[in-house]
Amino acid sequence: MDDRIEYHRLFGLMAEFIEPEGVVEAAKHAYREGYRQMDAYTPFPVEGLPEAIGEHKNILPLLILGGGIAGAVGGFAMQYFATVIAYPLNVGGRPLNSWPAYIPITFELAILAAAVAAVLGMFFINGLPQPYHPVFNVPEFDMASRDRFFLVIETKDPKFDREGTYQFLKDQGAHRVTEVEV
Amino acid sequence: MRIDRLKKIPILEPGHTYGTITDKISSIVLAGRQPRLWYIGFGIAFLFTNVFLLSVGILFLRGVGIWGINIPVAWGFAIINFVWWIGIGHAGTLISAILLLLRQNWRTSINRFAEAMTLFAVANAGLYPILHLGRPYFFHYLMPYPNTMGLWPQFRSPLVWDVFAITTYATVSLLFWYMGLIPDLATLRDRSTRSLPRMIYGVFAMGWRGSARHWKRYQTSYFLMAALATPLVISVHSIVGLDFAYSIVPGWHVTIFPPYFVAGAVFSGFAMVMAIAIPLRKVYNLEDFITIRHLDYMARVMLGMGLIVVYGYMMEIFIAWYSQDPLELYLASNRFSGDYSWLYIALIAFNVLIPQALWSLRVRTNPLLLFIISIFINAGMWLERFIIIVTSLHRDYLPSSWNIYIPTFYDIALFLGTIGLFFALLFLFIRFLPVISIFEMRELVKEQEEQLGSAEAEPGD
Repeated sequence: MDDRIEYHRLFGLMAEFIEPEGVVEAAKHAYREGYRQMDAYTPFPVEGLPEAIGEHKNILPLLILGGGIAGAVGGFAMQYFATVIAYPLNVGGRPLNSWPAYIPITFELAILAAAVAAVLGMFFINGLPQPYHPVFNVPEFDMASRDRFFLVIETKDPKFDREGTYQFLKDQGAHRVTEVEV
Repeated sequence: MRIDRLKKIPILEPGHTYGTITDKISSIVLAGRQPRLWYIGFGIAFLFTNVFLLSVGILFLRGVGIWGINIPVAWGFAIINFVWWIGIGHAGTLISAILLLLRQNWRTSINRFAEAMTLFAVANAGLYPILHLGRPYFFHYLMPYPNTMGLWPQFRSPLVWDVFAITTYATVSLLFWYMGLIPDLATLRDRSTRSLPRMIYGVFAMGWRGSARHWKRYQTSYFLMAALATPLVISVHSIVGLDFAYSIVPGWHVTIFPPYFVAGAVFSGFAMVMAIAIPLRKVYNLEDFITIRHLDYMARVMLGMGLIVVYGYMMEIFIAWYSQDPLELYLASNRFSGDYSWLYIALIAFNVLIPQALWSLRVRTNPLLLFIISIFINAGMWLERFIIIVTSLHRDYLPSSWNIYIPTFYDIALFLGTIGLFFALLFLFIRFLPVISIFEMRELVKEQEEQLGSAEAEPGD
């Protein structure tokens, strides 16, 4: 291997799998071995894979709930302000705060804010848009959006060892193991 | 026994792998050259898009007086078409959101273009009320914003609810559609060989790399979006129904309107999905992905929704009789015997009688017949809105103000123009974006493999 990347230019080692089960098994083994700084790349969501690489928490539902509550409260407050405080209009002696009539708009704005939180929150937590990422330096990586499954163990993992990790990934039945340049 | 045979038709023809699915769907976009029918179809649609631009331009110059509307029939084509288009849009959300939550995996091959159809239909729908404003350049008065006049919209009015419902619906549909496209845009970025498409798809894919951590949050977001869109779609057409039911016009002032409008919307929307899916699968050889079973399922939904609509028609007549209100009774008899009775009879034929053919399995599995029936349903649902709006309004409380409504050339030109715009956008969508969700099809391949695996494991099954 003469064309090896200098160590400080190395992002990690990428193992390629043909079947989704292969990458899940490899990720589980890697986690058991003590690897933590790793990520898997797949053409579709693979069941159990995020958990296998140690991703359990998910704050997105809370964020969406927060968006929904903010939309509902804000929507109702806007209508209350407009009809009771800013422009009170007496129509046949009916109450200014005619709250049942405000429910549809309150509901619509709750949905709108929750949906915006769902999509923008997902982008934000995922760090997208991200124009550059080292994994794209591997030519075979374009198969990650077709039919191949990848597991990358990064050099910043304390357990990372160029030879040892290479051998470990090979032993997991990887179709190919490649070095990833930063 | 015939049902058993149908069950054997898979929702995805066997023999496909992650790779073949990816290549087949992305090649429609990346191959560049389209089938000849695409050019013919887009050409016609583009022609009518220009008719649309001209009729809007002349409308802006000369005002709504060029239309056939009068007092008392002030709503006319603009509101008929608004309700019709927004109804068509609802099937897209139903397929993408409700069927996702119900885990109906057959939705996978039709949800992408159904969502696109929703977007384009809602875009057309949203235009009509604005064009119908006497002074469309003041449309921003509908939005609540602090202004020097110290004025606010009337939040107690369903027409203002409608503004919020439609803008929320359009925004959520766009977000949902774009989010669903991102992994497929990444696929197109990785598959395209030329640099310009690669760059454009790359920008819109936002650097998606299929990370497992990203997928986890993506799925959470996608499912919750579906859970949000489900009540939204029902609320939107309910509010459209309330636009009518809130008033005291005979024939409009009925509590059945919101649910009856939602059912009618899904009915016409599925008919439009069918009318698009049948030529699409034929021209692009997508019969492996959009199988006869999909058509059968959609036909069943159409039949079910059609029966709810029939119930709505019966209730309208029943309530008129049960109330013994002279105006309601007059309206019910006017529908059968008035100036527009021939349209009402056509409506009953298109929406009540013709869809009954869908009880037959042979009809439900015949693409040509389904295509013809779905065109009739679309026309029938348009007539329904015409009947609801025009017959109720043209016989006002005061006989002295009774009038007849006849659409003018510009009414029809604008209507044909929006149909042209809708199809032009749809043709561009087919040309530049994947018509079937690729990553969800890959999931379907995996699911099918697992099912086959478990079937083989159980002997005697």
